[in-house]
Amino acid sequence: MPVVEYAGETIEVNDEGFLVDSNQWTPTVAEAIAKEVGIDELTDQHWKVITFCREDAAKQGTPPGLRRISKNSGVNMKDLYQLFPKGPGKLAAKVSGLPKPQGCI
Amino acid sequence: MKNFVILGAGTAGTTVANMLRKKLPSDWSLKIIDPDTEHLFQPDLIFIPFEMQTPEKTIRPRKNTLGKGIEWIQRQVQQVDTDNNQVILDGDEKVSYDLLVIATGSHIHPEETPGLLGEEWQKSIFDFYTLEGSIAMRDALKKFTGGRVVVNTVEMPIKCPVAPLEITFLAESFFTNKGIRDNVELTYVTPLDGAFTKPIASKALGGILDDRGIKVEAEFNAGEVDVDRKVLLSYDEREIPFDMLITIPTHMGAQFIGDSGLGDDLAFIPTHRHSLIANNHDNIFVLGDATDLPTSKAGSVAHFQAEVVVDNVLHLIRGESPKAVFDGHANCFIESGYGRAMLIDFNYEQEPLPGVYPLPTVGPFPLLKESKFNHWGKLMFRHVYWHALLPGHPIPVPNQMSMVGKKRPDKLAADA
Repeated sequence: MPVVEYAGETIEVNDEGFLVDSNQWTPTVAEAIAKEVGIDELTDQHWKVITFCREDAAKQGTPPGLRRISKNSGVNMKDLYQLFPKGPGKLAAKVSGLPKPQGCI
Repeated sequence: MKNFVILGAGTAGTTVANMLRKKLPSDWSLKIIDPDTEHLFQPDLIFIPFEMQTPEKTIRPRKNTLGKGIEWIQRQVQQVDTDNNQVILDGDEKVSYDLLVIATGSHIHPEETPGLLGEEWQKSIFDFYTLEGSIAMRDALKKFTGGRVVVNTVEMPIKCPVAPLEITFLAESFFTNKGIRDNVELTYVTPLDGAFTKPIASKALGGILDDRGIKVEAEFNAGEVDVDRKVLLSYDEREIPFDMLITIPTHMGAQFIGDSGLGDDLAFIPTHRHSLIANNHDNIFVLGDATDLPTSKAGSVAHFQAEVVVDNVLHLIRGESPKAVFDGHANCFIESGYGRAMLIDFNYEQEPLPGVYPLPTVGPFPLLKESKFNHWGKLMFRHVYWHALLPGHPIPVPNQMSMVGKKRPDKLAADA
């Protein structure tokens, strides 16, 4: 497994750059991942989404889908696409230190 | 007299009822509530559009599937009143329970996506999660001579997460056999980031869509259908034109679950992942598609869960704590067209691996690989379903996932 250094911490990630252990996530790590995926600054709106995703994944065992995020995080679908361009489900999971949304195979 | 009540007589509810009917102590009654008079063998719905199965053979009268000692109440559930341990039926009739099982499954909701249920519904837009949908698709395919065929999953979770792939493979094979493959542009459209998302399956099967000339449009979150232009639109304003749209609409749990405040935003019930007891309700078990668990919504899962629920129900009745453990085990054949299928076996922790199943070396079913054996296995399973699984007889497949016959990735790397 590759490792990356975020804010002085050595963090294990998979081939696509998702954290292997979501317990290694910190807000500083989130800012570093965000920069890598082209989000220059994490705003309050971003943090609303990230906080919801982490809390929900801790309860569910899987990262939330887009509908779940848009209905429960306080950020609507249109804004989600502006905050996390192209693939908000996948990008929000990545910045939140969670695995990417997956099927069964 | 104590009351054991099951809501839903599909695969999960029927199996639990039939397993429990001889095991419940004599001071317990056993009731199952379901308004439908017929039991549908859902795995055959993918075959009907291609005339590989007839609608008549996919259904049997519900009364024949429920063993002696089970009282079937043929009514619609309106609400569960957990404060008073009562199920409220249509017409406000009440059924009291001491222990309740909720197994009311998941159903499609095309009305969640604007345009799906418009005038093109069952004309050029089809589902295959209902008998009517599969039959309508069959009739349209008979007349189909070519054009753009789009298979789209609106959002996850869905029942049988491999079904969109199966319908795509079967369609491709069907068009080829019909001699019109060159006139068809087939596109697989998914909200996930690829047709395969698990690393080992991606490596093993990643090329299969490309080999068959099937286009993939990934990370596509369908927002609406423009019916006039026959275009599928995503939230990020991508457009996919179609002549035939095969949709896998939003799935939700039963209406009464939402109305009773028991479910999440899709009316799936938060459930303990190992004991299958509803979170916050220690006299309610949930199994099958009705849970919010991070495993597949599939018949095999319902079966493995049924064994766990029955064990834990008997523990509770004896005054013991629930001991049986569900590990997320799922086991699914994946039809891949041309008389072949693949097989996957996995659980909460272990993604599908290559190897053979269920016995080491001899199999006979190869995992994560196309084979005629797997296709025969899938067809043979119809018989197992009606005559062994549904009546609650033991089936010689381990309840928990086993690593026997599987090859771990580190072993694969060493072999390479």
